Amino acid sequence: MIEFLENITPSTTMALVIHAMIPLGLILVYALFAIWMERKVAAHVQDRLGPMRVGWHGWAQTIADMLKLLQKEDIIPTDASRFLFRFAPFLIFVASYAAFAVIPFSSGYIGSSINIGVFYLLAITSLLTLSVIMAAWASNNKWSLLGGMRSAAQMVSYEVPTIMSVLSVIVVAGSLNLMTVTEMQSGNEILGFLPNWLIFQNPFLLVAFVIFFVSILAESHRVPFDLPESESELVAGYQTEYSGMRWGIFMLAEYADMLLLSLLGVVLFFGGWNSPFGTFMDGPVWGFFWFMLKGMLLVFVMMWIRWTLPRYRVDQLMRICWNILIPASFVNFVLIALWEMIF
Amino acid sequence: MESYIPIIVLLGIALVLALLLMSLSRLLGPFRPNTNKLNPYESGMDPVGQARERYSIGFYLVAMEFIIFDLEVVFLFPWAVKFTELGFGTFVAMVIFIIILFIGLFYTLKKGTIYFELKPSISNRT
Repeated sequence: MIEFLENITPSTTMALVIHAMIPLGLILVYALFAIWMERKVAAHVQDRLGPMRVGWHGWAQTIADMLKLLQKEDIIPTDASRFLFRFAPFLIFVASYAAFAVIPFSSGYIGSSINIGVFYLLAITSLLTLSVIMAAWASNNKWSLLGGMRSAAQMVSYEVPTIMSVLSVIVVAGSLNLMTVTEMQSGNEILGFLPNWLIFQNPFLLVAFVIFFVSILAESHRVPFDLPESESELVAGYQTEYSGMRWGIFMLAEYADMLLLSLLGVVLFFGGWNSPFGTFMDGPVWGFFWFMLKGMLLVFVMMWIRWTLPRYRVDQLMRICWNILIPASFVNFVLIALWEMIF
Repeated sequence: MESYIPIIVLLGIALVLALLLMSLSRLLGPFRPNTNKLNPYESGMDPVGQARERYSIGFYLVAMEFIIFDLEVVFLFPWAVKFTELGFGTFVAMVIFIIILFIGLFYTLKKGTIYFELKPSISNRT
């Protein structure tokens, strides 16, 4: 590392910065799009039109909202712990965006091909729990604290099944680098026409995907597990005291987290940037298209579930995790390992 | 080590962007604080006491369980990557390891430590 820093030149610095900017720019564009999409999906599920005024079918509504948020007054309550209150949004933003560094967006682009990719991703997303509880504690507000405690309990509990279902894939793939995991899934050989995606390779991996999807719904605070910010009982959970752009940062981070976990699911179970038609429409650019398409489909399913299912109670939520998901994920993990041993 | 440099750069850029957004909102937004605005929000009522009081022990128990299982997962990670090369012996060892932890899990589940059920004595407290 020291040698690398000694040899660094302005042009390599520029290249590095641009290289690192790609996921960041992408996620900002995605967040603007996803917030609009969430409103449109919600509206059409309820037989409404949703935002229609700003631009064609209201596409610029989110930009208008961001401009409004920027002009809002930034309030820090007198009873709050000032340092922690200010620090929490930065931590959540940095943690959720830095995790994108190990996601392979196409066969030609990965932020950083470290050999412990998934491990790094899971480690840095645990910082989200920390920042949520930091925000909740610093606000010194009853709603915030209740939401924050619930959120911490929920996120740490559902982290175990998430990691176990990720590990089930690692057992099959034999690598922690997500690029290697994706390359392993190229080709169309299962039953002669199905792509070599891991979800089709092994019946237990289908179970692992179901566990993974339920867990990421809880990890990213989506309905039916949105107890931390259930607006009908806790006002806004840990975000209650935040206003203006600080709140905007929380919202951006939440949408980024949703995309991150969906893209992780796509890489692990649905072949990442591989085209579903074998070599047809394959290549770095098409790879990026397929990858984002699959990711957005999973995000869409999450939005769809939001308007379909009611919310669980706290004790039901914990019971689902500790009584069902954790034992099931461990048993499933052992079965996958056994399957890999035998075949 | 060199592949970690993009991560550090990305961390730096994310931090700069967050700072930029915050300072923009400081520049563009008004700043006229008063006591009513700076009170904690309590559905429009005057706030009663502090928020940082005692809360359910259930949360601590969940955190303790989580630490146990998170550590278990950390031990499983290196094994999961190389387990076909390590052979059947380590597989059996790992299954025994998981079973031992499961005995603990079922014990705590039976004891009902992770349930957030309100005992009558707590819910009737004034």
